Amino acid sequence: MHLSEPLTTGFFFLAPWVVFFPLIGLLINIILGGRLPERAIGWIASAASGASFIVSVLLAWSLAAGGGHAVSVPFAEWIHIGNLKLDWTFRVDSLSSTMMLVVSGVGTLIHIYAIGYMHEDVRFKRDPGRFRRFFVFLNLFIAAMMILVSGDSYLMLFVGWEGVGLCSFLLIGFWYEMDTLGRPSWANSNAAKKAFITNRIGDFGFLIAGFIMFWAFGTFQFDEVFEQVHAIAPGIILAITLFMLVGVTGKSAQIPLYIWLPDAMAGPTPVSALIHAATMVTAGVYLIARSAPLYSSVPEAQNIVALVGALTALFAATIALGQYDIKRVLAYSTISQLGFMVSAVGMGAYVAGMFHLVTHAFFKALLFLSAGSVILGLERGHHHAEGAHGGDHGKGRKKAGKKKVESGHEAHGYDEHGEVFDPGDMRNMGGLRKTMPITFWLYVIGALALAGIFPLAGFWSKDEILLDARLHHPTVYWLLTVAAFFTAFYMGRQIWMVFFGEPRHQAAAHAEESKPIITAPLMVLAALSVVGGALNLPFEGFHHLGHWLEHTLHEVEALPLNLQVAGISTVLAILAILLSWFIYGRNPLKANQPDPLKRTLGFLFTGMENKWYVDELYQAIVVNPFVKLSHFLAETIDEKFWHDWFHEKVIAGTYNWLSNIALDRYADQRGIDALANGLGVWTQNLSVALRKIQNGFVRSYALSVLLGVVFILGYLILK
Amino acid sequence: MVPVEYYIILSAILFTIGVLGVLVRRNALVIFMSVELMLNAANLAFVAFARAHEVAAGASLFDGQIFVFFVIAVAAAEVAVGLALIVEIFKSKHSIDVDQMSSLKG
Repeated sequence: MHLSEPLTTGFFFLAPWVVFFPLIGLLINIILGGRLPERAIGWIASAASGASFIVSVLLAWSLAAGGGHAVSVPFAEWIHIGNLKLDWTFRVDSLSSTMMLVVSGVGTLIHIYAIGYMHEDVRFKRDPGRFRRFFVFLNLFIAAMMILVSGDSYLMLFVGWEGVGLCSFLLIGFWYEMDTLGRPSWANSNAAKKAFITNRIGDFGFLIAGFIMFWAFGTFQFDEVFEQVHAIAPGIILAITLFMLVGVTGKSAQIPLYIWLPDAMAGPTPVSALIHAATMVTAGVYLIARSAPLYSSVPEAQNIVALVGALTALFAATIALGQYDIKRVLAYSTISQLGFMVSAVGMGAYVAGMFHLVTHAFFKALLFLSAGSVILGLERGHHHAEGAHGGDHGKGRKKAGKKKVESGHEAHGYDEHGEVFDPGDMRNMGGLRKTMPITFWLYVIGALALAGIFPLAGFWSKDEILLDARLHHPTVYWLLTVAAFFTAFYMGRQIWMVFFGEPRHQAAAHAEESKPIITAPLMVLAALSVVGGALNLPFEGFHHLGHWLEHTLHEVEALPLNLQVAGISTVLAILAILLSWFIYGRNPLKANQPDPLKRTLGFLFTGMENKWYVDELYQAIVVNPFVKLSHFLAETIDEKFWHDWFHEKVIAGTYNWLSNIALDRYADQRGIDALANGLGVWTQNLSVALRKIQNGFVRSYALSVLLGVVFILGYLILK
Repeated sequence: MVPVEYYIILSAILFTIGVLGVLVRRNALVIFMSVELMLNAANLAFVAFARAHEVAAGASLFDGQIFVFFVIAVAAAEVAVGLALIVEIFKSKHSIDVDQMSSLKG
């Protein structure tokens, strides 16, 4: 145990506030939000998240001042049964505090962005009342994520794990009664259900891992578990780690459970950035890093984790090549990058995995939020275009301004041909470089960071993973290198398609730059994406993150820069970008022109375009049999067997028989009725008999008296 | 002196005649007379025993005779009430046949 640091020093007593500030924020918004203006609601939520960030900074500062030793802050007793003690204790160590900083820091920026974004989104979708609900959910998410990363036992981690799953469900289905284009449909709520149910399968694995752990270790507390690792049979630890991996594949969207994440793009864009790119989906990576002592003791599990991650990284990157929706490309990119992190922590390169987690949070949040800005710009442009068509071209702009206000009353999203306009489809974009210059530059920074171009953050973190893979696991290294090539290619494709060439749609031509409240958080994220690599540079004396996490993870190797690995990946990234320019940039796509890759790659591209038919495969091998089984269970087993036969015939029949024949006819009619009626009948008969004595003749009464006297006298005399 | 048994036998005969008269006759007046007969049989037995007792004890004791006076008084009262009832019954039923007075039979 290294929990000897006294609580009196530093700000550790503040630890519970990382959870309770967001909770207070959401309570204020629930109770008072109905009377507050939109801005106030948004700023209260952002302030709650920001307060959580300040507490995280204070905690990290105290931790650094105290030499990085883990500190436990007991908060509440939860379950005490006999020897079983499950408490809510906050654990502040370098790993959890890194996660807290990322979650609350990126979270706060996204809250601020969402004030601007949701203002326009609720206007476009014609339901301003949902503004408050959105921020309540968002704060709830921050609170749940904080519980996840700050708990000091697997049980509290699981509580947070389920909490963020719930928030993910609520926010994916935020516009539950429409699809992503605003048409009435259940598409969004189906996406929410898909995410929730897929995660449930993963959580089931996590639960089983928890059960085995409790059976073998007798505790959930991190330190107590890790102390006993060497006393437990490796087979049991292998089972725990593999079941835990099932949970990770659900939450962190790895093969085979990644399918929910692309559909999760149905949620509003800030949600995609916060939950489905920067924080929640990295919970699985955090879980493996947290369980490092368990995974390090079973190399088989590490191998499997590394391979699952690397395969996911490559597989998802190929799908991202063939997508047209700006957010879907980013979604598959997220899956792919999560694959990088998972394979890193699988190889034991926990620092590299956490490093990539942090930098990825920066640049992927940046990319998603910029994509949101693009979508808003296109929506505005679409309304301008409609306004321009409606009247005099010279007055078009003015009129469009009015139009936005009035749009609450008219059908949204349909253009003059009656076709639905999809503001997220890259085939509708093009040429946005000129109309949305700020967003363009921010997007380019994010894309280059993701592609791993020197010296942006992504270059350093990705190279660290590649270097570790090179040293420990050649197969993973090649898979990841190819994935990195694809990453650079699809980001290049996106940039050329979205921002270069000529507008392929009226909306793109009339697109408008977003307001500062949207672009300001993006600039902060862009700055972080540029300098984020400084957290852990591969030079002597610059392994800050490595040294920081060493306090928690112990076995950290600080690798120097390997020019060969870095060179190969940089050259590949630049080649990929050049290739994408060759295909998409040199001859920009025209409206209604098919993707040029389709000609070159043929059926391969059709496969990528259709996500390798994995959804259809799951539909065929999992969903359809499940539905059929459900129908069988409902109609045959439940309805016909249990209801019609067992309940109606057996139970009800037996009961009727018993009550009619056995109880009614025999026990009741012949037993109880006979007794009651018999008494009455017998009394009647007796009275009929006795009545005969009362014949009304005085002389017979006199005779009775005589006989009585004779009897009594006889008795007295003869006694 | 006439032995007391003779009186007792006479009293028993009178009582029996009275009982039979009550049981077999239907005329209310005759029944009343038979009841008087029984009462007087009892009176006879009383005075006979009283006399025998007085002789045996050698002192003048009047308990039995006094009982007889009570009985005569009660019998007179009973006859007064009974005759009044019979008159009223006769007024409503025009008969004093006791067998027709059976409205209370079960």
